[in-house]
Amino acid sequence: MTATIPQSAPVAPVGERPMVDAVDVHKRFGNLEVLKGITMSVERGQVVCLLGPSGSGKSTFLRCINHLEQIDAGMIRVAGETVGYRERNGKLYELREREVAAQRRKVGMVFQRFNLFPHMTALENVIEAPTQVAGRSKADARAQGLRLLAQVGLAEKADTYPAQLSGGQQQRVAIARALAMEPEVMLFDEPTSALDPELVGDVLDVMRGLAESGMTMIVVTHEIGFAREVGDVAVFMDGGVVVEAGDPAQVLVDPREERTRAFLSKVL
Amino acid sequence: MTPSGTLPTESTNPMTATQPSSTAAPEGLRNPSGARPGPIEAVPVRHPGRWIAAVLVLVLGIGAIASILQNPNLDLPTVAEYLFKPLTINGVLITIWLTVASMIMGVFGGIVVAVMRLSANPVLSVAAMLFIWVFRGTPLLLQLIFWGFIGAFIPKIVIGIPFTSVEFWSFTTSDLIPATVAALLALGLNEMAYAAEIVRAGIQSVDHGQTEAAHSLGMSPAKTLRRVVLPQAMRVIIPPMGNETITMLKSTSLVAIVAGDDLMSNIREAYTQNYKIIPLLIVAAIWYLVLTSILSIPQMWLERRYGRGFTGARPTIGSRVSTFTQSIALPSRESRASKKESAS
Repeated sequence: MTATIPQSAPVAPVGERPMVDAVDVHKRFGNLEVLKGITMSVERGQVVCLLGPSGSGKSTFLRCINHLEQIDAGMIRVAGETVGYRERNGKLYELREREVAAQRRKVGMVFQRFNLFPHMTALENVIEAPTQVAGRSKADARAQGLRLLAQVGLAEKADTYPAQLSGGQQQRVAIARALAMEPEVMLFDEPTSALDPELVGDVLDVMRGLAESGMTMIVVTHEIGFAREVGDVAVFMDGGVVVEAGDPAQVLVDPREERTRAFLSKVL
Repeated sequence: MTPSGTLPTESTNPMTATQPSSTAAPEGLRNPSGARPGPIEAVPVRHPGRWIAAVLVLVLGIGAIASILQNPNLDLPTVAEYLFKPLTINGVLITIWLTVASMIMGVFGGIVVAVMRLSANPVLSVAAMLFIWVFRGTPLLLQLIFWGFIGAFIPKIVIGIPFTSVEFWSFTTSDLIPATVAALLALGLNEMAYAAEIVRAGIQSVDHGQTEAAHSLGMSPAKTLRRVVLPQAMRVIIPPMGNETITMLKSTSLVAIVAGDDLMSNIREAYTQNYKIIPLLIVAAIWYLVLTSILSIPQMWLERRYGRGFTGARPTIGSRVSTFTQSIALPSRESRASKKESAS
């Protein structure tokens, strides 16, 4: 288990480079600095759960990994590639939007508000990117799409429009849609926060299955139970910095930091 | 309590009616006998105002129509004579052609202007704003006359190197822009300005999360616009665009000022010769009404096409008529019969 250690350079493992490697990431919106130096590395196959109060910067950090937000300082690498830039001869070149789009194909993202395309059926949502971006044949993408919908337990909803699905079902379709691009890492931005309590379980089950299959996952969540059970690493953030990171059994049960303790006492 | 027999509620057993309040909450929700209560029988609210309004409007309407039909100046034979004359039909065809051509120019140009207006490039954005400002801010009639007389303003169009005497091609403007092209330019450019604002509103109505989701799937900005944003924006764009098309169909009548050959121009030409102004205007009115009515069919089809995935049924005219008649209807025979039963 490689626990992420803030405020120190990440130690590259002997075997391979980390899947996601963030070094001293800063991000500001106008005068508000939301990320004040986040350093974190996520190994292939690891499940990292980001926890913290709202406004702590955890969602922003997640969005930076996907280049939905541009960082102001520091560096993020996904599978060894610098996010948003090309390094050549020691110089950084900003990527064109088309190149950024190509980079994002390695990273799947699941949003709090699902963001399914409402004018497409569940299956059409899933096959949209494979056919339009990856250039796969429609028949091929359909077969894969139906398999993915079956994997999230919604095979019979293939021809249903999102508006006719429950929140939990929509989120599971959204997960299938992200998986259809065969990403190397999956980002989850509070995937269960917009759901009725009784629907949370289904989504978490799908995520648990995904973790067991060896997917690298970074999950922003308020589900302490899920983080403890499925997470390999729990990271507690507050005020744009990592307060504490390590084994969920320790961070979420017996935290070292007072701030973590105070947060957990409110959430639990 | 003495049952008078006029209130249907009294036909129900007063015991069962008071039951729920007298028993404990969870059991009280259920009928103790286990039987499902019958449907509510209540005297519907009367709407005398609706009756009075309906009668008043009917009387006034029938009166107005009758007086128009009895007017000797109506001259229905002339209306019938001109309704299918080649002069009229040719005018109708030109009107349709002008409407279709200028709407195509307006819609596609409008999408381009809207995307420019939303562009991060300030030059494009300001250029689009200026375009909209000029073409939306001046009367269409003025623009029509302007394009009609463009030859007086710019007699020659020269393609060459600016600020030198080098010329590759030169045209006489009036050759390049005949009257019909001038009309088309005026209508199309004016429509572009309006369409641009409608398209912009449509694009902005689509949740930004949609763009983010498309981007996170690796879709390029152009593909995101074409596959995700525009199809959803269409739902918002189509109803006002239907309005625009109907307005455009009628605006083509202004072309009479510069070019002619459209329905209104031909009709005007005819009545300036024979002075049968009102019958000929009725001919034109009939054709404009027919055309605008036909236009609502593709609009309905498009609305359904782009409404896919969005639930929410809109009331049809038929359903509204039946709701209205129900609301003003006298109590039905069955409910009166049941009342009589309960009284006896």
